[in-house]
Amino acid sequence: MIIDILSWICLVAGGALGIVGGIGIHRFPDFYSRLHAAGITDTFCATLILLGLGLQAGWSIAAFKLALIFMFLFFTSPTASHALANAALHSGLQPRLDGDEREGSS
Amino acid sequence: MKSFNFGVLLFLCWIFLSGHLEPLLLGLGVASVALTVFLSRRMNVIDHESYPLHLSSRFPGFFLYLFREIVKANIDVAKRILRWRGASVSPQMIQIPQSQETNLGAVIYANSITLTPGTVTISLSKDSLTVHALSKEAAGKLATGAMSKEISNRVFDQ
Repeated sequence: MIIDILSWICLVAGGALGIVGGIGIHRFPDFYSRLHAAGITDTFCATLILLGLGLQAGWSIAAFKLALIFMFLFFTSPTASHALANAALHSGLQPRLDGDEREGSS
Repeated sequence: MKSFNFGVLLFLCWIFLSGHLEPLLLGLGVASVALTVFLSRRMNVIDHESYPLHLSSRFPGFFLYLFREIVKANIDVAKRILRWRGASVSPQMIQIPQSQETNLGAVIYANSITLTPGTVTISLSKDSLTVHALSKEAAGKLATGAMSKEISNRVFDQ
């Protein structure tokens, strides 16, 4: 019962963070800052959802698999973000930095 | 020796992922582990870096620290997203010194920076990192080099 409640709290909070990340992707001004919003979904949102599912699974093989998913996500998601950012910089996309004049969409 | 450890680890993974203990499936597991170890040896990918078992006892402490940082940064970024009057961001591009001595340390550092929402490592060279930060505060915090010190202390014991 308590475990059920805890796992639901984790699942709902994780889902809410995913939505927040999605809103962030729409609200932030340029590509690089949108990466940060996606970072929320990558890290804490995924962690909470996996934790909630793990509580539902109990001590079983499914929990071990969830832990592995968590581990791989932790190693691969920063690599993917870095690859995206690096590719954007290499192809000449300039980040809009603080203090720049607000220009039209470019 | 290293290959042997690697094989044992792979085989444990096989058992835990399949959950079956029939001789046939275990035999298939042994065969595929042997093939994997053989290929990895030929490709020369079993070394200190791709397989840092000597550090694995030190990782939990560091993960605990990293996880706390991630939670704090998440709350900060979520607040910025949900601010009513336009998202309040002040994006920064900064160069910070890369003080890790080993390649593995540098990769851990860069990945930790990227994992923390609000900061993304854009490029990495021998002695500096280019980081895009979402806000002045995040950039300022990174420029103190606290995270690099934590990695040196907690992972490499320096």
